Amino acid sequence: MVPPNTPELILEAGRSSRHYWGDLWRYRELLGFLAWRDIKVRYKQTVLGVLWALIQPAVTLAVFSFIFGKLAGMPSGSVPYPLMVLAGLLPWQLFSAAFSNASGSLVSNTHLISKVYFPRLIVPLSSVAVALIDFCIVLVLLAALCIWWQFVPDWRIIFLPLFVVLTLVTAIGTGLWLTALTVKYRDFRFVVPFLLQVGLFLSPVGFSTTNLPTWRQLYSLNPMVGAIDGFRWCVLRGEPALDPLNLGISVVMSALLLFTGLWYFRRMERGFADII
Amino acid sequence: MPPPVISVEGLGKRYTLSHQKRQDTLRDSLTQGVRALFAGIRGGARDDKEDFWALRDVSFEINQGDVVGIIGRNGAGKSTLLKILSRITEPTTGRAVIRGRVASLLEVGTGFHPELSGRENIFLNGAILGMSREEIARKFDEIVAFAEVERFLDTQVKHYSSGMYVRLAFAVAAHLEPEILIVDEVLAVGDAQFQKKCLGKMNDVARNSGRTVLFVSHNTAALQAICRRGLWLNNGHVMQSGNIGECLSGYLASGSEASTYVATNPAKPHITSVSLDRSALTQGRFRVSVGFKSPTSMGRPVVGVTIFSKLGQPLAGSNGRMLGEQWTPPELSQGVVTAEIDLLPLHSDTYRVSVYLGDATQDYDQKLDAVEFDYISPHFYPQCPPLHIIGQVDLAWKWSIATSAPPTK
Repeated sequence: MVPPNTPELILEAGRSSRHYWGDLWRYRELLGFLAWRDIKVRYKQTVLGVLWALIQPAVTLAVFSFIFGKLAGMPSGSVPYPLMVLAGLLPWQLFSAAFSNASGSLVSNTHLISKVYFPRLIVPLSSVAVALIDFCIVLVLLAALCIWWQFVPDWRIIFLPLFVVLTLVTAIGTGLWLTALTVKYRDFRFVVPFLLQVGLFLSPVGFSTTNLPTWRQLYSLNPMVGAIDGFRWCVLRGEPALDPLNLGISVVMSALLLFTGLWYFRRMERGFADII
Repeated sequence: MPPPVISVEGLGKRYTLSHQKRQDTLRDSLTQGVRALFAGIRGGARDDKEDFWALRDVSFEINQGDVVGIIGRNGAGKSTLLKILSRITEPTTGRAVIRGRVASLLEVGTGFHPELSGRENIFLNGAILGMSREEIARKFDEIVAFAEVERFLDTQVKHYSSGMYVRLAFAVAAHLEPEILIVDEVLAVGDAQFQKKCLGKMNDVARNSGRTVLFVSHNTAALQAICRRGLWLNNGHVMQSGNIGECLSGYLASGSEASTYVATNPAKPHITSVSLDRSALTQGRFRVSVGFKSPTSMGRPVVGVTIFSKLGQPLAGSNGRMLGEQWTPPELSQGVVTAEIDLLPLHSDTYRVSVYLGDATQDYDQKLDAVEFDYISPHFYPQCPPLHIIGQVDLAWKWSIATSAPPTK
């Protein structure tokens, strides 16, 4: 039976639902289910299973340590070089996995988009969950390295979640842009791996920003610079020291990405089912 | 009188077809943009795009508790209408006002993941269709029982037979409890037994709960059994809205579209067209015309017609050759042969017709499943058992009863 106070839903061209954010909240369970599905399926029918989450960063770490640490002799201050690299690699891998999952999320869920209604924002948001799980697994690797070098982080470690959030915000912001663009222009599927490759070298993963005497502000326009620096600050007992201005620039850039990403996504969302 | 649960006014949906190529890549878009820019400077017109209105000026109202069958040929706009009402896509013009929670089932098993088990998929699919976790948990046993997959609950769905897959998917959907249910042609799956179960469930939902149902199907018998109202769409327009019986007969009588054929080998006699008189069919008269053409005149053109059940079982056929002396056509190099049955002795169902062309001694051409038609028999049996039990043929039975022992001769 229809209760007398059932809200009216009006469908019209160009009319965005007044209840969008309310709907998003109502569908939060679906968000959970989609994330759960992705996690559940991720390592199905693999022999090594969840170990894969460790292998990739471990190998990258070994390569970086050998090439930059040993051959090039990059300075790493008072901490062992591999530890410094891992503290940078962690947020970078989180970003790169979250970003590439989010970018491909709409197109890989075409069958849902064209057959069922729900706030589309759920799709890229839920795809980030897998990246977070992998991230938690790699944290174990970090703990192992800390024990190996008998390195104990100090009180700053409690701020780590803030930089995880900064990384995720950056990943979601860029991911929203790319996934909405990919629905219309499949070109962007090729752009994502390319961006990640370039980004790895443009972000301070293999070196510390203290090695850059000048251009620091300009460099901080890359929001991952702030995230990685922050990560190291938390894990490596305040090294490098955080510069509020540089961090501020990164935070603002990241927020800007998120808001423009949301704006573009919402603008394109109504047409997704027609062009996907 | 409460306001209608769905009111649609002047609804239209336009798709843009670009004839040259789809602008799916950035390069296309850029080059098109540049070209359009130059065309704009020169004052030229864009000529490679065409608008296609999948729906145009559609208005109707649906009251609470209405069970509405939406009918129309492929491409009439049925699916587009359902997509707009289920908020998957937005209309280009007009508006629709919906009062109540909508659940739509445009496809069976949306979001099923092959790597997950049956149990996991019930939860996933339920959530996708808009059920809460608690609601799914409450109905879980019912869903499993309906789908008859108890033994395979923890098996990955990719190992399911297609029948099991469909049963599970439909079972989840059937336990949705929205105020408005929108169902696209999803009953055309599964075996006859299960289809019957699904129809029964649909009927239950429609009759006993006061829910509003919109239902697209090509299964006219099912529509007649379940729906009270009909909405007939043709080329994006509403042709008729009202009583389901009237809509169905209007729809079935509309047009006798002829299939025309291009000869694969013009040096041989061949079939050029097959057409079924759909308006005659609504009065129970079956009338099919077969056009043929031959490079040389045919001594004794012979046409054969066979009616098949929708599962491909031949039910009745005839041809000129078997008629012998009764079939004495003139010598022709082209013409149309018409075959008629005054009262088609079949139950309401979907049938197919295959036609053949030959002469007195040999066959030249055939068109298998040339026409498909939904037949609504003038004899309507409200309690007709399923046709896989009593068969499609509806003979003129004579019944009698005696009070004592059977009379002896």
